[in-house]
Amino acid sequence: MSDYFHSVTLDYDKCKGCTNCIKHCPVEAIRVHEGKAKIIQERCIDCGECIRACPNHAKVAVTDSLDKFSHFKYKIALPAPSFFGQFSDEINIEDILGAFLRIGFDDVYEVALAAEIVTHIVHQYLADRKYKKPLFSSACPAVLRLMQIKFPDLLNQVVPVMAPIDVAAYCAKEEAMKKTGLPYEEIGAFFISPCPAKATVVKHPLTDRISPVDGVIGVSLIYKDILKHITKDKAKEKTGPSLHKARSVGMAWGYVTGESKSVDFGTGLAVSGIHNVISLLEEIERGELKDVDFMELQACIGGCVGGPLNIQNLFVGRVKLRQMVKKYSSTTPYFQNNQLQELYEGGQFELTEPIQPRPIMVLDKDMSKALIKMERLDEITKDLPGLDCGACGSPSCHALAEDIVRGFAFDTDCVIKLRGKIKILAEELLDLAQKLPSSMSDDPAKKVSPP
Amino acid sequence: MSEMNETENIHKPRLTMHFKVEEEDFIIAGEAASKTKKALQQLGLKQEIVKNIAIIVYEAAMNIVIHANYGEVQVIIVPAYVTVIAQDKGGGIPDVDLAMQEGYSTAPIEAQEMGFGAGMGLPNMKKCSDIMHIETQVGVGTTLKATIYLHQSDAKQVETGAMYV
Repeated sequence: MSDYFHSVTLDYDKCKGCTNCIKHCPVEAIRVHEGKAKIIQERCIDCGECIRACPNHAKVAVTDSLDKFSHFKYKIALPAPSFFGQFSDEINIEDILGAFLRIGFDDVYEVALAAEIVTHIVHQYLADRKYKKPLFSSACPAVLRLMQIKFPDLLNQVVPVMAPIDVAAYCAKEEAMKKTGLPYEEIGAFFISPCPAKATVVKHPLTDRISPVDGVIGVSLIYKDILKHITKDKAKEKTGPSLHKARSVGMAWGYVTGESKSVDFGTGLAVSGIHNVISLLEEIERGELKDVDFMELQACIGGCVGGPLNIQNLFVGRVKLRQMVKKYSSTTPYFQNNQLQELYEGGQFELTEPIQPRPIMVLDKDMSKALIKMERLDEITKDLPGLDCGACGSPSCHALAEDIVRGFAFDTDCVIKLRGKIKILAEELLDLAQKLPSSMSDDPAKKVSPP
Repeated sequence: MSEMNETENIHKPRLTMHFKVEEEDFIIAGEAASKTKKALQQLGLKQEIVKNIAIIVYEAAMNIVIHANYGEVQVIIVPAYVTVIAQDKGGGIPDVDLAMQEGYSTAPIEAQEMGFGAGMGLPNMKKCSDIMHIETQVGVGTTLKATIYLHQSDAKQVETGAMYV
């Protein structure tokens, strides 16, 4: 088994070897070598920052394609809450969901509906249990991967509740089993995702538990098809029970602040943007913000609606989603309170397996050797120009020094250093050139005629 | 002779990180802490230890920012232990025992208004370190040394050595 699968990959032909992406990567996981960007697999957290930064669209998120799922007897689409922000507000949610059936899915289950279950469970967890404050949301997989790498000792503060996408898959499959009598394995659940990290997490879960989601389809891949089928052939169908069941509590999970407001317990705090998340987690690691109960952390600016696979501009998408949330706030929820309480007490959506740290920063397993390497790293850094220009292919002078120490790069990769070396060489050449033997000297004064 | 060498070796290889701390520079403390943290993680130290050292560096730098206006924080790393030395030319601490009490603070109002100076700095650092030592003279300045052993078995062996760094 390959240790690392990543949704975020490089389109080799499109990459021009510029250094835009290496500068934006929050975990310094990209290097440019031999004119092409390379993603260091162990470090990548699939946050999608490089997808946004690349001017040549050479960074892509690989998701599954529809035809891959033909072997499932019963196929269910699980659209993300943010998905509905991608359409004009004149379009009915019911029609968008209907379009999934028209393009070949057998059923559709809103992740927003599962988010309502998660909302209740997290709220009750905060109310009933003893825990170290603040407790972090488990919803954003890029943030969890970041924590595995950079903040391993905060992992035990992640609320041990499944993310809405997994809850949605379990619920949808259970309903389908009852409805069709088919076994679990023959029912496929496919997440319609704004997010490359979700695509990664389904194939390579954070814990030992296998994901109930069978595939992830990028919003950008399916959008056109859905748009075409929103009203097409609709009139021919017989009207069944309403497909749209989620209400504002779950739908609001599509943008930042939605989740923490829905959970609505004590002091909540919402942060979006991976770089903002990092600076906040650094504060928490130092013991700050102990008075905050629940913290919603989203890797994408604006939350899931800002996901790199979405179609709409983040701000447009957010306004649309907000309007929908408003529209559905007054209607009666699908789940009764006692149903939700049963799910909480049943504990089937609790994360029992811990999320393990993934320390990848170590210079050497032997601490003494690591120290020697770090001393060298320090010396090299001091010797480098400190421009952080990225021309060497590493994101900063310090990162280049680290790459040199690890044996992946040379100090002549630095163009400024190379220039200095050429200057010295040129001076030496000049020196040598001036040391002509006297027999060849063209200075007339030195030409002494023989007696 | 060989014993001498062993004691010597405890202090090598050795890495020192320097952080200059200046007046009103509330950002430097966080920066110093995260740079220290990154270095210690790269050395493969245990999370608990990394966290404690980062807290000590942060609090030490913050103390200089709040109370002394100018100073330096050094982090000395050797295979057996890490020592944080914070030196300042500030007003000194008139009563160290009092300063060590939780909640006791002489931080100026402005700092307290910014949410700093809750009187938890020194007690917090003490909790995070194995040995903490403060030398202070009113009107001259303060030097604080905090040491964390990296292996419990080494603790005794290095006890005296740690104070020389």
